[in-house]
Amino acid sequence: MSTPVLEVRGVTKAYGETPVLRGIDLRVGAHEAVALIGASGSGKSTLLRCIDLLEEIDDGDILVDGEVVTDPSVNPVAVRRRLRMVFQQFNLFPHLTVLENIVLAPVRAHGMPRAEAESGARELLTRFGLAGREGAHPDELSGGQQQRVAIVRALMANPRALLLDEVTSALDPDLVGEVLDLLRELKAGGMTMLLATHEMSFAREVADRVVFLHEGRIVEEGAPAQLLEAPQHPETQRFLRRLLEGGRL
Amino acid sequence: MATISTVVVVGVLLTLIVTSKGWPAVRETFFSWEAFRTSFPDVLDGFWLDVKLFVIVEIAVLFLGLAIALARNSKAASLAPLRILGAVYVDLFRGIPVILVVYLVGFGIPTLELDGLPDDPVVLGGIGLTLAYSAYVAEVFRAGIDSIHPGQRSAALAVGLTEKQALRFVILPQAVRRVLPPLLNDFISLQKDVALVSILGPLEAFRVAQIEASSNFNYTPLLAAALLYLIVTVPLARIVDRMQRKRVAR
Repeated sequence: MSTPVLEVRGVTKAYGETPVLRGIDLRVGAHEAVALIGASGSGKSTLLRCIDLLEEIDDGDILVDGEVVTDPSVNPVAVRRRLRMVFQQFNLFPHLTVLENIVLAPVRAHGMPRAEAESGARELLTRFGLAGREGAHPDELSGGQQQRVAIVRALMANPRALLLDEVTSALDPDLVGEVLDLLRELKAGGMTMLLATHEMSFAREVADRVVFLHEGRIVEEGAPAQLLEAPQHPETQRFLRRLLEGGRL
Repeated sequence: MATISTVVVVGVLLTLIVTSKGWPAVRETFFSWEAFRTSFPDVLDGFWLDVKLFVIVEIAVLFLGLAIALARNSKAASLAPLRILGAVYVDLFRGIPVILVVYLVGFGIPTLELDGLPDDPVVLGGIGLTLAYSAYVAEVFRAGIDSIHPGQRSAALAVGLTEKQALRFVILPQAVRRVLPPLLNDFISLQKDVALVSILGPLEAFRVAQIEASSNFNYTPLLAAALLYLIVTVPLARIVDRMQRKRVAR
């Protein structure tokens, strides 16, 4: 098997006395989309933040393209430029326009000429139906538009993989579709993705594999159809039953 | 209605003052047009020193205050001494009356008789004011930085900025915008407190007015000085008001 884009080996993480990740092992191959599902507090977001080196792990290793990135000698800034995280709350920079949000890092941190960055940004905005909003500030956009801008911002560096942290959870139901459409398009284009999500139908449709987290452990993983329709582990069964009862499945 | 009630209240107050028994004497010693006319040019001359001083001190305070705020907010374990130093600085200079800081710096530094240290009282007074006001402004900056949601830092790092770039391009611009009203409030306060350097001897507006007042037994020059301070503080106060209204409206 070729080297996975992302590999997580025996990662543990605790906040003070509270363990959040209790030994996670996970591989995401090139062009693969892996959905992380599980209850709130199961460790999905923490795992994504650890992979993007926004949180320090206590034990284990994280590898990007076969290179251990959790070694203290590795510059986290260089790693984060290869991965791109998108957040539940969008986290656009409110004092900057849409265009400035997107070109800030390429221009300020990666030394890309402004003109080149801006034309690249405009191209992506047009592709994702956001042409004409370049000069708007985030608070002038709908939630769905904000999240799409955040995804465009993440795509600017041609990342090796996207880390998507419940990117539709903060959206009104009628705005979820436009963000999912964008992700479908990225998946079709071969983007490698690791996504924490509550959208089971989307996970079933787009993900190659679904991973169920429970209390900081992966208790079950498999093809979407198999895991979502015939879960083996009792915790997975309980979780899916609760979603079903809540009308979320 | 608001206009009528204001006119009535002000009218009653003015009538009370003007019809009081001591009014003629007050008018003579505080509101003498003659004394105002003869003293105003000198007081205005002195006031230019105040203006120069507060402009320079304000710029110095912005830099020193920000540096202290960043020192206090540093996270790395190895920077603990910097954090402690920052905290001690703020406690010290916020806890001592400004007039005392100006006095101690103004008379203390020259007494050291060290070469290279300034002995000009204007410079020393400016240093004293800078030290005192930087402590306040540092706390204003710190509150602003702390008020920015941690998601902003995460997002800045996630798009590939370094910690320093995240601070400079994402966190500070938002923090400064947010604290502009309290910051300008401190500046209003500073623009009056420049009068404190008069205790070191420089002929700034208040001191000139004091000298003129005591040589003519007429306090009108002090009112002339008061008027000049108002001219620089009231517009700033209006700007702060407008900013706060705008923020509420948003």
